[in-house]
Amino acid sequence: MKLTCLSANPSKPCFILHFKGVTFMLDCGLDVREILKFLPLPVVHNARLSKLKGWTSSDDKSEENAMLEQELKQCGGNVFVDGMIEFSIPEVSITDLSQVDAILISNHNTILALPYITEYTGFKGIVYCTDPTLQIGRQYMDELVTYIERTPKTKVCTQWKADNILKLLPSFLSDTVRPRMWKKCYTRHDVNSSLARVQVVGYNERRDIYGALTVLACSSGYSIGSCNWVITSEYEKICYVAGTSTLTTHPKPVDQAPLKNSDLLILGCLTQTPTVNPDAMIGEFCVNAAVTLKNGGNVLVPCYPSGITYDLFECLSGHLDTCGLSTIPMYFLSPVSDSVLAYSNIFAEWLSTAKQSRVYLPEPPFPHAELVTLGRLKHFNNIHDGLNSDFRTPCIVFTGHPSLRMGDVVHFIEMWGKSSGNTIIFTEPDFPYLDALAPYQPMQMRVCYCPIDTSLNFGQANKLIKELKPTHLVVAESYTQPPVSMPHRTEFVIEWEPGPLTYKRGEIVSLPIKRQFESVELSSELAASLEPSEVKPGTSLCMITASLVVKDNKYLLKPLSSETLSTKRRADGTLIRPKSYIWGKLNIQSFVDALTKQGITDIKVESTGEDGSIIHLSNDDTLIQVESDSTHIICEGEEAVRTKLRDTLLKCLHKL
Amino acid sequence: MTEITVTPLGAGQDVGRSCILLSIGGKNIMLDCGMHMGYNDERRFPDFTYVTKEGRLTQHLDCVIISHFHLDHCGALPYMSEMVGYDGPIYMTHPTKAICPILLEDYRKITVERKGETNFFTSEMIKTCMKKVIAVNLHQTMQVDDEMEIKAYYAGHVLGAAMFHIKVGQQSVVYTGDYNMTPDRHLGAAWIDKCRPDLLITESTYATTIRDSKRCRERDFLKKVHNCVDKGGKVLIPVFALGRAQELCILLETYWDRMNLKVPVYFSLGLTEKANHYYKLFITWTSQKIKKTFVERNMFEFKHIKPFDRAYIDNPGPMVVFATPGMLHAGLSLQVFKRWAPNEKNMVIMPGYCVAGTVGHKILNGVRKLEMENKQMLDVKLAVEYMSFSAHADAKGIMQLISQCEPRNVLLVHGEAVKMEFLKTKIKQEFSIGCFMPANGETAVMETKHNIPVDISLSLLKRESAKVGLLPPDAKRPRVLHGALVMKGSKLQLIDAADALQDFGLAEHQLRFTSTLAFDEEGPTTETADKIYQLVKSQLKDFPTHYSSDGSITISDSVLVQVSGDEESKSVLVSWSYQDEDVGSYLLQLLKSELVT
Repeated sequence: MKLTCLSANPSKPCFILHFKGVTFMLDCGLDVREILKFLPLPVVHNARLSKLKGWTSSDDKSEENAMLEQELKQCGGNVFVDGMIEFSIPEVSITDLSQVDAILISNHNTILALPYITEYTGFKGIVYCTDPTLQIGRQYMDELVTYIERTPKTKVCTQWKADNILKLLPSFLSDTVRPRMWKKCYTRHDVNSSLARVQVVGYNERRDIYGALTVLACSSGYSIGSCNWVITSEYEKICYVAGTSTLTTHPKPVDQAPLKNSDLLILGCLTQTPTVNPDAMIGEFCVNAAVTLKNGGNVLVPCYPSGITYDLFECLSGHLDTCGLSTIPMYFLSPVSDSVLAYSNIFAEWLSTAKQSRVYLPEPPFPHAELVTLGRLKHFNNIHDGLNSDFRTPCIVFTGHPSLRMGDVVHFIEMWGKSSGNTIIFTEPDFPYLDALAPYQPMQMRVCYCPIDTSLNFGQANKLIKELKPTHLVVAESYTQPPVSMPHRTEFVIEWEPGPLTYKRGEIVSLPIKRQFESVELSSELAASLEPSEVKPGTSLCMITASLVVKDNKYLLKPLSSETLSTKRRADGTLIRPKSYIWGKLNIQSFVDALTKQGITDIKVESTGEDGSIIHLSNDDTLIQVESDSTHIICEGEEAVRTKLRDTLLKCLHKL
Repeated sequence: MTEITVTPLGAGQDVGRSCILLSIGGKNIMLDCGMHMGYNDERRFPDFTYVTKEGRLTQHLDCVIISHFHLDHCGALPYMSEMVGYDGPIYMTHPTKAICPILLEDYRKITVERKGETNFFTSEMIKTCMKKVIAVNLHQTMQVDDEMEIKAYYAGHVLGAAMFHIKVGQQSVVYTGDYNMTPDRHLGAAWIDKCRPDLLITESTYATTIRDSKRCRERDFLKKVHNCVDKGGKVLIPVFALGRAQELCILLETYWDRMNLKVPVYFSLGLTEKANHYYKLFITWTSQKIKKTFVERNMFEFKHIKPFDRAYIDNPGPMVVFATPGMLHAGLSLQVFKRWAPNEKNMVIMPGYCVAGTVGHKILNGVRKLEMENKQMLDVKLAVEYMSFSAHADAKGIMQLISQCEPRNVLLVHGEAVKMEFLKTKIKQEFSIGCFMPANGETAVMETKHNIPVDISLSLLKRESAKVGLLPPDAKRPRVLHGALVMKGSKLQLIDAADALQDFGLAEHQLRFTSTLAFDEEGPTTETADKIYQLVKSQLKDFPTHYSSDGSITISDSVLVQVSGDEESKSVLVSWSYQDEDVGSYLLQLLKSELVT
């Protein structure tokens, strides 16, 4: 059993797991953080961004240097790549994707690299995820594709990725993980054909994988339809826990019962902001927004189209009501805003009990449905989609992409960035906000950082592990030491005695799971024919020689047919015959008594040592040598005598 | 406990009052708990005294499962749980849990407030009853207790309708509730995997019908409605608020849109708007097509269909009215019918099954003069049309479901005895499996036979596989496994025979036989040995034989033949272990008859 880690970012995981002849891919996260290295894609022509100065390593005027100058631009005191945005995808070169039997997806956050895995790679397997993960994941991919395609940049930058140049670059660029492996964005066609391979599963729905294993998704409490995976054979249980939340928000709470007492627990996707409390951050977010609005400023919230954004709508509208700011319009701009709002209404089964019970009334589960009806929350596909005729300030704008490298958010920063009355509030934990803002500097807009990451923090994770009691634990190497930026925060580690197994990108971990048993069924006919004998109080034993039928990796033992017995041969060429065993020590006296009963007379017993005896039957011309573990019948006479002796002897011994 | 027993308290050779008791692996389960539309006395509810003469049902039942929200499947639930007494779990799907209390409340109101009955369940009882409900999702394995698990499958009959797979140990049963094997305008088709249950309990409403294509029926329906309104007539379509109503609304809505018709279409108020809202929120339970397009256009937001007001009954001119309830047994639909019945220009379309005793049933059977309350006679002059839109599986659908899940036995409920009889013969013919159709109160018993699961040591299994793995693949080659089965308590382990003997300290006892044949024969001993070797090779060709240089012959694993003697007399020693008893004794007899003459 082996685990290979393909992702450098434990919050966007991707693994290959080999177990019992089955190859799984666990999650397919896309490390979007890396796109911060690119210049933003403006929605409308942007004079500032198009006039940036190029960057070179030296003053020489070589052709190479001139090309590099085209690729790298200086902006806000940093260097950015000016070209087609490329994505850092999982490390697929160390594995043969055509051998992957199944991909298990935890939530919409960890599905985004799927088209890179399933398309043009020879992948033939099946992708499993829940229906909400599929639908919301599709919206995320659609949004990404739309943003990229809306502002096409054809220039692919490759010069800067050369090793000799990389090492000269500022650390912001030189620290990138294998930039030559980066891929351009997938297309809409890739998304559709990739997602066509998905088979949706419900929570606690067992799915059979080639008869060898069963997989089961159970609620992880992180987002609508998010799940942890339990992979079981008849004897072993492996749990994959990524993107779990023990907080109470809108999704169905985490279901811990199926994860308990596993042989192995693989843990990933812990919080990216261990120092802050998400509840406090939501509060701070609301307060900051309200203060800005009260002072007549505008609030910009870079966000993803789903997930925590639903909670932001709910909390902020409630807070504004209490501040008397109910009339402030909230705008939600995303190419998929229609869909994500519509989908949020129909996944009642995947929501918290409080949200679910609203549907029974019947009312929409989220309050944002009512905000839309009342016109307080207005949603548009993009800034050109009728927003102009309706736009009122001060207002709050929720829009993507939270990396600030693409989408309508780029336009709003350019528009509002010059005024210190406006505020930008970061809530997504995926991006270091200063890096995200770097190409917009200098900027007067007020900046608030209220990251809301509901994933397990280290305390919660350690508590969870204690409750789940796995035999072995595998975690990211980075979780076993305090974060690099906070070396003294020793509480930010996973505690496990004697130290967990660890993974990191490109490494293969051998997992200490040794299989000992497999399940086989005895047909009722075979079972009825068995004659077990008690060999110890409470324990019976019987020998079986049976025909083995293997179908779909399931084993069945059936009685050997009489035809098979007489004519067919074993694999090694020997004839198939049932075997029997004789065991026990022969009690000479009872054997002699039994012989007498059979009418055999003239029995002479001669002791030959410790346990040995020789029995003479002179009338029948027979000699029986008895040792503790063997009996030898030397019979010169009639066959009838021999069979009589044989049967009598067998009665005095145990037969299996 | 290798038996499964089934006793219908309702729906045994009957339609209505579905309630089936199932005993499986020591567990007792109640499947559905419905009321009968045809009765107004105590016969409307199942006879729970069958379960226990007195006291509560809780200790006699492990769980109750409700398949869908139709009253003939859940109408007796508050009576059972609150008035008879049951506190155990009740399972149903989310949409059923949402809609069921509304229909129950509606039913209660009609019975208590309109008919003035007392001794009926109250609104409070409905609420307490619903608190005992555990909602299940499709395909989710729900552990009822340590031994029993249930799993719901999509049934397509109405929103949230489900079939249930119930498993206790190795025994399993599928209960279909009502289901539909063909997708319609708003719901998908029922589906189940090859779960091979010991028993399939299926409804058989349309046991003898094979319905024509749905498209034809729809076209027919639209033509009839259109013709009638063209002639200035009024069309009444009695429906139940949830289910068929939504399908017909979608049908009329799209037709009105396409044909640009202006004739008003009404839907009786109350439940309906709410009902449509349920469809909007539970859109994941509707058909593929509706799910796919719901973001752009929600099919359950109607443009042409307006809410109905009692005052419109006597409005002049044509109109189409959907009114509840569906069997014309009470309420608005009956009221409208009474007013419109005397005019032959009008039409009533009955889109579903009508229970005996209802007005709907009577007019469908050609009764043209109806006696209403206070002895008034009503002339039925309007056209009466029956269109089977009722979403039940037809005979073909039932057979299809049987081949989908491959049960070992089938039990028919929810149908008429004569029709069941016909279907039973067909099932036995086609699938050669047992088929039962108990009447109410009658118990059907079926034996089940199962394989026994055993833990096999992986090394034993792998050794066998390795041997096979080396050879060219041949599906016909028998694979033989030899091992020792260890039984300790309920634990069964199959391990290597030698290991087992060792584990239990059982010393194997070697048993050997030796016999010597003495006879006179001339020639060197090698000649005799050659002769024996040739004999063995021809007579025991199935066994490996080895002729070694010292003149001894070994056959199979342990048989040894040695020739000694001089030029005239020879003695042949034959020795074998008990393992080769059959070969040894055979060989001895053979040599005796061939050599010693």
